[in-house]
Amino acid sequence: MTIREALPILGFLVVAVLVSLFVTSNVVLNFLVFTLILAIAAQGWNLLGGYGGQYSFGHAAFFGMGAYVSAILQQRFGVNAYPAVAFGMVAAALLGYAIGAMVFRAGLRGSYFALVTLAFAEVLRILANAIEITGGAAGLLISLNLGAGNLQFANRSSFLILAAVLLALAMLMTLAVEKSRIGAQLVAVRENEAAAAALGVDILAVKLRAISLSAGLTGAAGALYAQYFLYIDSNIAFGTWISVEALLAPIIGGAGTVFGPLIGALILQGLSEGTKMLIGKIPGVDLIIFGALLILVVRFPLHRIPGVIAARWRGKGAP
Amino acid sequence: MTGQGRDPAFLAVRDLTKRFGGLTAVSDATFDVREGSITGLIGPNGAGKTTLFAMIAGFEQPSAGLVLLDGEEITGRKPHDLAKLGLARTFQIVQPFAGLSVRENIAVGAFLRLAKRRDALALAEEVGQRLGLGPQLDKPAAALTVAGRKRLEVARALATRPRILLLDEVLAGLNPSELRDFLPVLQDIRAGGVTILMIEHVMQAVMSLCEYVHVISGGRIIASGEAAEVVGNPAVIEAYLGHGAAQRLAGHA
Repeated sequence: MTIREALPILGFLVVAVLVSLFVTSNVVLNFLVFTLILAIAAQGWNLLGGYGGQYSFGHAAFFGMGAYVSAILQQRFGVNAYPAVAFGMVAAALLGYAIGAMVFRAGLRGSYFALVTLAFAEVLRILANAIEITGGAAGLLISLNLGAGNLQFANRSSFLILAAVLLALAMLMTLAVEKSRIGAQLVAVRENEAAAAALGVDILAVKLRAISLSAGLTGAAGALYAQYFLYIDSNIAFGTWISVEALLAPIIGGAGTVFGPLIGALILQGLSEGTKMLIGKIPGVDLIIFGALLILVVRFPLHRIPGVIAARWRGKGAP
Repeated sequence: MTGQGRDPAFLAVRDLTKRFGGLTAVSDATFDVREGSITGLIGPNGAGKTTLFAMIAGFEQPSAGLVLLDGEEITGRKPHDLAKLGLARTFQIVQPFAGLSVRENIAVGAFLRLAKRRDALALAEEVGQRLGLGPQLDKPAAALTVAGRKRLEVARALATRPRILLLDEVLAGLNPSELRDFLPVLQDIRAGGVTILMIEHVMQAVMSLCEYVHVISGGRIIASGEAAEVVGNPAVIEAYLGHGAAQRLAGHA
């Protein structure tokens, strides 16, 4: 990774800071914070799914683990928000490693992998709804205690900067992976496992590292979500909605690219809000739009567009 | 590298057997590959050549038998471990990373021994040039011709810096001029210190490249020796042309 390669990410950060300084509408700020949190979750999915070709349908498991561990540590054990969020990330990464160790060792791929990850997320959702420490069906409130020391902000623009910085870090990490040995090996695994193994790639080790990183990132998004809304329940934290958002955003915005998840999250949330404004609050109408969009993207692979542009640009740039 | 000089059996295959249910695909295969040689493995279709390769390279678990590389037993080890030990293979049905450029394809192999991207890309470039892929380095692998893909298979394997290269029909499907261009490349690889074991159907190439040839038929090694003497072996002629063929050919001569 070079400074030049990282420049677009710094550009994103500058834009985000400018927006936070000049936009005052709470509706817009709220929309942007939510979109950036989704983009972080989606960036996690992108590492494993976009680069590694392992399509998880259960990233809610990691999102919820990050959210619940962080919230429980703060609320039940009085831990400060910063270490609590960090522990949430680590817990999600460990969960990712554990699920990966079981699922990848068993050699599950493709739709089988997707189904098993969905099952893990659903089991966690039901568990979180049933046991006491998570607050059960009533959910879990994080006590309002405003102040940067508690990672709680009265104004949304501060939170927007926080989310933007975290997303920028997630993108930098993704870029670093993309430009490193592990990134090349991960893409090789996505393209052809037998050929990768023949070239000395330890398939299982590569997948385990990818799912741990991926889960940690999505867990960070979960912890951030809890910190922003100060409330989670099992359907928010482990619900299928976040699994769907985390995979749709990169697929629509460009799977296996650094900016894909952000672009996809902006498109998805923009469409979702737009339809709500136009059609009114019919429950699930945004999901209908998502479904239609997904069909279109699968039929006409929009996600290749960034690659096509990059290839054309490379073609012109090269002598 | 052990520095012991020429071990007569750099790769030693001993009584290697593979059974799929009731079918014995490879039966008690025993042969040697000398260090620094180009050794051929020939035989009719369905003889068990590719299964034998797959067992040596760790893609299939043998039912019985041993494989030794430079005196070390490597039977049944994982493909990626074998690649680290210096055993690389190509696939009969080429397996490019279709979404990546030719350079990136080769770099995956180069990353085995090089941690830094810059170094891996430099080695990929060097190996690509050597294999005649220079003008295609930035094209997607999917855009290569059959001959180009075969070269890419070899280039990727070579970028892992192997001690022994297992080539599975890399010359099949090439036209005569492509073949003529490719033979010196393989000789050049051997001259660079890489031992080669190749499955090949193109007899012209086998005769001109291989010092030693092992012939497999019906899952058994039926002849071993220098190329010229093996092709005159009656058992080999019968394996290819049917029972009694050697006698009839001798009668006509």
